[in-house]
Amino acid sequence: MSSTRVVITGYGAVSPFGLTADELWEGLNEGKCGIKEIEAFDASSFQCKYAGEVPDFKVRKFVPKKRRKATKLMSRDIELAVVAAKEAVEKSGLVTKGVDPEKVNVSPERMSINLGSGFMSCDIEELAPAVAKSLNEGHFDIKKWGKDGMRMITPLWLLKYLPNMLACHVGIIHDIQGPSNTITCAEASGHLAMAEAAQTIIRGKSDIAFTGAAEAKVQPILITKQCLLKRANTDLGSPDELCRPFDSKANGAIFGEGGGIIIMEEIEHARSRETEIFAELAGLGHSNSLSEDFEFQEESGEGIRLAIEMALEDAEISAEDIDLIIPHGTAVPADDLAEGNAIQDVFGYLSEKPALWPTKSMLSHTGAAASILDVISGIYSINNGIIPAAKNCDSTINGFDFNISGEKRRMNIRNVLCISYTFGGQTAAVVLKKYE
Amino acid sequence: MKEISEEKRVVVTGLGLICPLGHHVEDIWQAMLDGKSGIEKTTIFDSSTFPTTFSAEVKDFDLSNFIENVRIHEKGNRGTLFVLAAAAEACKHAGIDIEKYTPQDGIDRTKMGIYLGAGEGCIDNDVFFGAIAESWNDEEREMDWNKWAEYSFSKMKPQRELEQEPNMPAGHLAKLTGARGPSRSCLTACAASTQAIGEAACMIRDGKADIILSGGAHSMIHPLGVTGFNLLTALSTRNDEPHTASRPFSASRDGFVIGEGGAIVILESLESAKKRNAEILAEVVGYGSSSDAFRVTDMHSEGRGGVQAINAALDDAGITYKDIDYISTHGTSTSENDSIETKAIKKAFKERAKQIPCSSVKSMMGHLIGATGAAEFITCVLAIRDGIAPPTMNLNDPDPELDLDYVPNKPRKMDINIALNESFGFGGQNNVVIVKKFRE
Repeated sequence: MSSTRVVITGYGAVSPFGLTADELWEGLNEGKCGIKEIEAFDASSFQCKYAGEVPDFKVRKFVPKKRRKATKLMSRDIELAVVAAKEAVEKSGLVTKGVDPEKVNVSPERMSINLGSGFMSCDIEELAPAVAKSLNEGHFDIKKWGKDGMRMITPLWLLKYLPNMLACHVGIIHDIQGPSNTITCAEASGHLAMAEAAQTIIRGKSDIAFTGAAEAKVQPILITKQCLLKRANTDLGSPDELCRPFDSKANGAIFGEGGGIIIMEEIEHARSRETEIFAELAGLGHSNSLSEDFEFQEESGEGIRLAIEMALEDAEISAEDIDLIIPHGTAVPADDLAEGNAIQDVFGYLSEKPALWPTKSMLSHTGAAASILDVISGIYSINNGIIPAAKNCDSTINGFDFNISGEKRRMNIRNVLCISYTFGGQTAAVVLKKYE
Repeated sequence: MKEISEEKRVVVTGLGLICPLGHHVEDIWQAMLDGKSGIEKTTIFDSSTFPTTFSAEVKDFDLSNFIENVRIHEKGNRGTLFVLAAAAEACKHAGIDIEKYTPQDGIDRTKMGIYLGAGEGCIDNDVFFGAIAESWNDEEREMDWNKWAEYSFSKMKPQRELEQEPNMPAGHLAKLTGARGPSRSCLTACAASTQAIGEAACMIRDGKADIILSGGAHSMIHPLGVTGFNLLTALSTRNDEPHTASRPFSASRDGFVIGEGGAIVILESLESAKKRNAEILAEVVGYGSSSDAFRVTDMHSEGRGGVQAINAALDDAGITYKDIDYISTHGTSTSENDSIETKAIKKAFKERAKQIPCSSVKSMMGHLIGATGAAEFITCVLAIRDGIAPPTMNLNDPDPELDLDYVPNKPRKMDINIALNESFGFGGQNNVVIVKKFRE
């Protein structure tokens, strides 16, 4: 069997910098910061008061007229995916049913969709009146809930929060009838979904694979959780200096929201329709961290190292072929140390080390979406020959000898390595290659 | 990407199941052949005023009966605990060491992965509802987030919150077994664990791993889970007859019965299984996935997605509809699913549709949501092994529109060479896996 080359022919991104991928890149390239005081709810009593929020938008404007009714069933996570998918499809030159039902130029059965998604938390305002109706002397009474309370909730409530609904809504809008899956591995979901989507192409199960992820973490329950887990940064100060990946003053992640959709296809398929090819997906790797407490990565970073090594092996390249590493770099000290150890183990022997460019100091940590926003940033980096300045990485932890620069650099970038991992243990790495 | 040298054959070398019918595969199988029901009044929480007051619960479960070091896992959600126990059973059968820092089984842990279809865990109800009650201003119709913060930061338990995440069962499983190979977890509603098995089989086929612990874990028998399904009117409300409430394909079916469980299937390359002299229980030969791309609220009325998934799986296995001996249906006992699934089977299996026995074990064990496909996969393996099709119980008043051979009320002795397992998820994600009797 001959080897299959999978290329990227479309992408769309929704991030704290705006509703398009160009705005994502512009923000990163200019060293802007998307982290601000939380506006989505009154966070003044929360331990963490900052987040990366996506600018306001109306999802109705991003779906065909015929599908507007369905927007009522879209939680914010779903909306982010739907908006990003529209841009990705437009870039790819594909005409799906969602673009123009009269001019469809792709077979619905030959398209697949595989998205990553987070643990969606329900909208509390939606449940609260029902809870209020179920109180007995000020305390929640399950009997009253069953009898009266729950009946105040809209009948289709559950469907808004099922994680597979991102793929279902995007799939319905664009009439994607082939293989469909949803990866729920928290912060590693995006890369893992991408790995699987690539496999559906390699196995010949689809010609066009939609992949990506979206998550809306700026939500009271989720921010509360991250604070309790001691993963969120609770410092006060200038928001653009708070998130400090790999820095000795790092003190936790700043969470945010975002969505990224990537369209992939087999190289000959892309060439035959004469569409622009943005990059090649060269290798994928994934493993597990076997940490005792599940909350953080094991200190050795072994699970991350294995994912990196597998990705390099899959891409049939070695460490010296990587010019840029976009790490997961959350600024959670225990995790940065683990990831730093993994990177050191793989790349430490090189006299000329690849550039390390963490994005979360500017973008915030967008959960499941983060790893996809990094891949899209990597595509821009390759195509512009630019590695933007790293922010807030002033004195590297643990004496790591990393090639991090506070200055923007221009250079030929052959291969980019993107890394992700999550609490719970799953780790992943992706190698992107310049298309030639 | 690295080329795939040669497709590997994928076999099953271990099974483990915790479900409402028992804690051991053989006991559960016997219960199914005896037509027993695992459905009773709900005890996990007080559902006495809910439209549905019964469910299929896993009873008398204690993880320490299955593993030694319970401490690092005991805070896991119900699905996590079930799947760890199922894994302990399956690994024992397959000869895979668990709970050891230096396993002696000769299996390279970087070539051993995990792929679960796993659901989220139950929220911390008391704290969650308490926090809302404390901070909702009913007059102004708005939340006071200062009060929320004060209440929840003092009462919420970090570990409990972490364990609700759907990737946690897979994380615990990695810790239990030392797996360092490709690992993922998916959640495509009721089709999740069939999808997990299908994708895992493909990964082994492509040489990405030698062994994958696949399967599912889920429990939605909690206030918000039952609320959600009751609001969708998807659950049976036959509160006076819980034992017989799950009645797939019958005229009086009125919804599914929510269940819970954990299932593990050890998938292995034939090469690896032979090298280790592992007992081979069956072979996984085909997998198909599709999406309805219709509506998130309804299945496509002609079963378009279901037919496509069946055809994709047959095609993947290199066989035709004529080769299938038995179908394990999704058969949820909802009006919509059972009638559309019947249409899909008719379309995909053409003139043979009425000749192929197709049953739903959900009539006995309930619907294990994300874990259900893997549990049903296990019954397919056992049906092939023992040459017996499990029954669809409670099928006493057939729906005239539904006229397939559903193996009503009694198991049936028959040769089964190839079985096909169907799962359809809310939102329109469909998955089908084909299992075959193993021959050299």
